[in-house]
Amino acid sequence: MSTVVPKLVTREFTSPDASHVEDYSIRTNELNLWYGDFQALMNVSVNIKKGIITGLIGPSGCGKTTLLRCFNRINERYGNVTTTGDIEILDKNIYDADVSVRQLRRSVGMVFQRPNPLPISIYDNVLFGMGIHDAFKSLPKSERNDIVENALREVDLWSTVKDRLKSRATTLTLEQQQKLCIARLLPLKPDIILMDEPCSALDAEGIEKVETLIESLRDEYTVVIVTHNMAQARRATDECIFMLLGEIIEHTKTSEMFLNPQHEKTEMYIQGRYG
Amino acid sequence: MSNELKNPFAATNQERQARKKEKLIQLSTQFITWLLVIPVVAIIIFLVYKSWPALSVEFVTENPKVRMTAGGIWAPLIGTFFLVLVSLLIAAPIGILAGVYLNEFARDNWLTRFINLAVVNLAGVPSIVHGLFGLGAFVYFLGMDRCLLAASCTVAVMTLPVIITSTKEALASVPMSFRVACWNMGATKWQTIRTIVLPNSISGILTGVILQVARAAGETAPILFTGAMISSRVADSGWDAWVPYGLEDRFMALSYHLYIISTQWQNVPESFKFGTAAVMIGLVIAVNSISIGFRIYLRSRKKW
Repeated sequence: MSTVVPKLVTREFTSPDASHVEDYSIRTNELNLWYGDFQALMNVSVNIKKGIITGLIGPSGCGKTTLLRCFNRINERYGNVTTTGDIEILDKNIYDADVSVRQLRRSVGMVFQRPNPLPISIYDNVLFGMGIHDAFKSLPKSERNDIVENALREVDLWSTVKDRLKSRATTLTLEQQQKLCIARLLPLKPDIILMDEPCSALDAEGIEKVETLIESLRDEYTVVIVTHNMAQARRATDECIFMLLGEIIEHTKTSEMFLNPQHEKTEMYIQGRYG
Repeated sequence: MSNELKNPFAATNQERQARKKEKLIQLSTQFITWLLVIPVVAIIIFLVYKSWPALSVEFVTENPKVRMTAGGIWAPLIGTFFLVLVSLLIAAPIGILAGVYLNEFARDNWLTRFINLAVVNLAGVPSIVHGLFGLGAFVYFLGMDRCLLAASCTVAVMTLPVIITSTKEALASVPMSFRVACWNMGATKWQTIRTIVLPNSISGILTGVILQVARAAGETAPILFTGAMISSRVADSGWDAWVPYGLEDRFMALSYHLYIISTQWQNVPESFKFGTAAVMIGLVIAVNSISIGFRIYLRSRKKW
């Protein structure tokens, strides 16, 4: 069977009248990435719009998570990774010499598949990020409390945990833990929140609540979600990027992708014929 | 008869055989495991029985007198205490830092593998070789002469590999997801280690260190040439009784004292020899109990 190399379908979302210039949070240009000899990303050029929720879909091993990890340069911690090409976050090339990886990660937060609150109290979890960035040395106690309260309110967790802020974060339910993992990013005032299958460890009720939460993050933050769940991609995202074998096959508005996929491979995947 | 035939789940002959065999294996492994307790219990009972006439508070608190045929074991006891203290003050920081480096920072390359191999091999070096190494390295080459410091350094080298290994294992038991969470918020490796990894592995690290107390207290060979002495005059009371040895003094130690009174000295009452051994074993059991209790306490506080 001959492998058909899928043709790259890129679409510009500039409206036909071009009355306004689109605002992009993340732009990559000819991004290639290798784990040792294995090439995981091939010539990825993608523009992710500011203030919307973008889904990354595709079968296992297609490079979704790898691409996500490029955006805060966390791939570098995994050893033996080679990258070529450009990534611009907020119009700044993140591989420039004057980019501090710590500041990059401060404004590009990550949420994981398995909720991973730190084994400290709920209160300390929310403030942890500020602590490592020395952001609260001078803050009085009351302001710290406000920060914690605001962050937990924003993820709709405050009413549940306000009486046990000092108890261990690991005693929460998985859904609450995942909300906390989102809450702890907020005090750092991130611009972009990356989510790697944020709901796959949760039950149906948890999924619904976390999706509602993600929904509420739109506008204020740029959200990029990797998901295996087609229904979730359809429900919870504004635009979708379909990846296959390290390449971007299609990037359109979610409604268009699910109603009228431009590429055969996309259509087959969405219909569940492989993956 | 017809009922029997209807049972679709009846055991076959082969199965009955297999079940018998399993029972036999279970019983024999169980029996052998229980046997392991016998030597420990026997040694303790035998020691306590033989040393009973000598065991008393005075035996522990008094210095050896009248060519070791009277008095007690205070001088070697306090010597062992300082030997353990100084050697762990040297070995614990070095071992823990090395363990942190190897588990948290070192990349998997030939140098790291070589270091790990060296650590494993260092753990297998016989204690008498450590003693001779200490004599050459610390006593002669570094010119320390035979003293508490030289002996402590030698014992420290001996205990290092286990401290390094147990530190590495304790650190490795902290789930990777905690580190990943920290890194993704922009934490440096050291911030991650200090705030999350170390607090959650400290019980394992300290257990490893405490278990080396028993080893440092028990070995004779490493201190034989490097600082232990047969007899030294130690004050009977006051400050000098508690701190009788400086770092540059030679010292008495329990293990060496036991060796001397058992093989080199005459007219020492039988009960004194067993008494010294009993106190040593008692110390080891006490230290191990403390470390186990400590670990249970720390483990009860961490949950993930």
